[in-house]
Amino acid sequence: MIKKTFNKMYDTDIGYSFFNSKIAIISSSVFFIIFLCSFFAGIVAPYNPFDPASVSLMDAFTPPVWSEGGNASFFLGTDQQGRDMFSTMIYGSRISLIVGFASIFFAMILGVFLGVTAGYIGGRYEIIVMRVTDIQLTIPTILMALLVDGIARAVISRSMHDEMAIYVLIFAIGISEWPQFARVTRASTLVEKNKEYVSASRIIGLSNIIIMFKHILPNILRPILVIATIGLALAIITESTLSFLGVGVPPTTPSLGTLIRFGNNFLFSGEWWITFFPAIFLVVLALSINLLGDWMRDALNPKLKKR
Amino acid sequence: MSLLEIKNLNISYKTRKETIVASSNVNFTLERGEILGIVGESGSGKSTIANAIINLIDPPGQITDGTIKIDNKELQNNEEIIQKIRGKKIGFVFQDPQTSLNPLFKIKDQLIETIQTHLNIPYEEALKKSINLLQEVGIENATKRIEDYPHQFSGGMRQRVVIALAISCEPDLIIADEPTTALDVSIQYQILELLKELTKKRNLGVVIITHDMGVIAETTNKVIVMRHGLIVEQGNTKDLLTNPKSTEARSLVISVPPTNKKIKRFKLIGPDGSEITSSSANLTKNIIKTWGVRKNTNQKLLELQNITKIFDDQSISYRKKIDENAVKAVNNVSFQLFEGETLGLVGESGSGKSTIAKIITGLVRPSVGKLEYNGLSLYNSKRKYQIDKSRGQIQMIFQDPYSSLNPRFKVKDIIAEPIKFFQKGITRNDLEQNVNDLIDIVGMTRKSLDRYPHEFSGGQRQRISIARALATRPRLLICDEPTSALDVSIQAQILNLLKDIQDELHLTMLFISHDLPVIRQMCNRIIVLKNGIVCESKDTETLFNNPLHEYTKELIRLMPKIESII
Repeated sequence: MIKKTFNKMYDTDIGYSFFNSKIAIISSSVFFIIFLCSFFAGIVAPYNPFDPASVSLMDAFTPPVWSEGGNASFFLGTDQQGRDMFSTMIYGSRISLIVGFASIFFAMILGVFLGVTAGYIGGRYEIIVMRVTDIQLTIPTILMALLVDGIARAVISRSMHDEMAIYVLIFAIGISEWPQFARVTRASTLVEKNKEYVSASRIIGLSNIIIMFKHILPNILRPILVIATIGLALAIITESTLSFLGVGVPPTTPSLGTLIRFGNNFLFSGEWWITFFPAIFLVVLALSINLLGDWMRDALNPKLKKR
Repeated sequence: MSLLEIKNLNISYKTRKETIVASSNVNFTLERGEILGIVGESGSGKSTIANAIINLIDPPGQITDGTIKIDNKELQNNEEIIQKIRGKKIGFVFQDPQTSLNPLFKIKDQLIETIQTHLNIPYEEALKKSINLLQEVGIENATKRIEDYPHQFSGGMRQRVVIALAISCEPDLIIADEPTTALDVSIQYQILELLKELTKKRNLGVVIITHDMGVIAETTNKVIVMRHGLIVEQGNTKDLLTNPKSTEARSLVISVPPTNKKIKRFKLIGPDGSEITSSSANLTKNIIKTWGVRKNTNQKLLELQNITKIFDDQSISYRKKIDENAVKAVNNVSFQLFEGETLGLVGESGSGKSTIAKIITGLVRPSVGKLEYNGLSLYNSKRKYQIDKSRGQIQMIFQDPYSSLNPRFKVKDIIAEPIKFFQKGITRNDLEQNVNDLIDIVGMTRKSLDRYPHEFSGGQRQRISIARALATRPRLLICDEPTSALDVSIQAQILNLLKDIQDELHLTMLFISHDLPVIRQMCNRIIVLKNGIVCESKDTETLFNNPLHEYTKELIRLMPKIESII
């Protein structure tokens, strides 16, 4: 049964390209392992760093196990509060991934909706949407996210802020990523809408909504999927940058960026591991997603294939 | 010694799943002064052979065996010789003149570059030679036109420039891959005449690859018929066309629409060589039951009054007045369409025939004019299409079978969608029955319902398209070049199918084509269009036997006729 499904997968062009690309296999396995670890953080991580009862300040600044003074129960050492680095990273990556996925999903919904409608309806509506996209593309992602975060801080009360932080972050990153989706979607829609199957649907009398979302959208999913994957890596990095700057998630529930920020304070006093491991972890995560996105772009677009 | 000698040529494309044999055991020779035609259906390997001669086979394609000799010199796998020979001894004319010239260079530079690459002559002389070449291929005012860029030439002129390029280094052999497929009838005629003339004057060998039997009949001396990479028959053009022996050649010859008479149905040859005469008449019983019996009352069904279309009249400028100098895609066209008849719209590219179809179906708004269906105006005072007035009774079959079906939908969903749209609340059983009936009439198996469009050939996709158009129970069927992307034998099948459906279901048809023989076979009445203006509108037989308008006369005179040789 499993062998049969595998053979079927291998038989498709995408499957073949996947199983014959080392980069695709390695990067997807790395990403998959990180994803599973963070999803099952409660089982994988030896400690729960968010539970104050399990943390002892006495264990603070324990170096990794292979350094002098290392402790076998803390494989990668501990941070300044005595939290196990390994567990904190696993839990931190969960927050990074949640924010990444949710914000890119938000950006995708918004961008794809505006892109399809702009491309299909055209006219003044299209001009307005595309000019807004152009304007937003001139604002750097981080700046846009900082702006949204700043406004949110002013609007939401201080007590609520920590609770709302993650949603604000998702919104901030999402709102700064949608123009990419809108542009690509509009371009693909313009190509599709001139195909004869769309004309046929119009002659039947189907409504514009049905034509846009039932007929055109499934045919332009490929490029959207590619930018979504590459955008996911970007979103995770943006989240870390924001957290590093101190405007992201609160320190009680640290993401990878928050961990790097804490560690940064101790980098020059010899406790290098507090910032080093989360940083490496972030690099590996972002790189694996990016490489996967690169492979996907090549595999889904046969025109780019090298001879 | 023959000019070109191909012996035992085998070419195959190795893909991941299978090895596709594009040509196997191909043998032929070509002498100077001869024009050889290679015909065959799409995918029969005609272009592969042409590409093999100039060593332009793209990987994973590979010549596995055989020899290609020009003047007894082996060409194959010898890049040094082939580079010297390509362009110098062999000239190549491609199908699409829009893309075979570099748009960034003047004609002058492209000609001189080619000449200087192969002939060792100074610039001045090369320029002089280029001008002479352009004159030779019939470009007027060559000294001035040579300074122009490709986009400043029309399609036919561009193909002349391509031919000038091909003969610029005094080649012995010209290979023309579908040289006139992208061109209009009158230009096609000129280009073919030019090729014939050059062959005689310069004593060239010419290989013409085409799917058009008319072109073969009018230009070539020898013909090769190919199928699945094999030569199934070759010989003298006249003998082969009058007395084809193989099934493939017979099928090609018999399915060509005759230009001199109207026939009732196209004859078809089955794979075993026998004639197929079956029709889909008995298959329509179920459909007639659900549709109810229709009668043709010869009433007026559709009327166009003074329709004019100017593109870009609404989006850029807000001027209400119509600019008299603007290009009118459709210019003051009026005609009526009566129940049960087939009206043909014929014209060359840019004559506005497709625009008229789009205006009738509401895909494009007319700038001026009135359109009435069954007595109801289809456009309201704001020029907005009132689709509910026609309730799906106007349907269309498109030209390109590869883009007219949504690739993400199964065939059964493609056909079911319009049924569900017009009969809200239809039961599952009824829907399934309807879909089955429709797929039956277009002559496809019910198994195909669960497959996706990409699994079918062009002809089969066109059948699915017809089934979808019939799903709304239309009264008026607009066919916009429904067979121009298909091979002749498939074209014959589709045209037969359309005739049957029309007879059985009493449909009214508007048949649009640039192909006069097809129009003659399909239509009762014909409207000839040129640059958006109606030239002549007449009964089919009267029009063909006694054309009055100059343009109609020219079209009928210039169309390639397979009968010219028989």
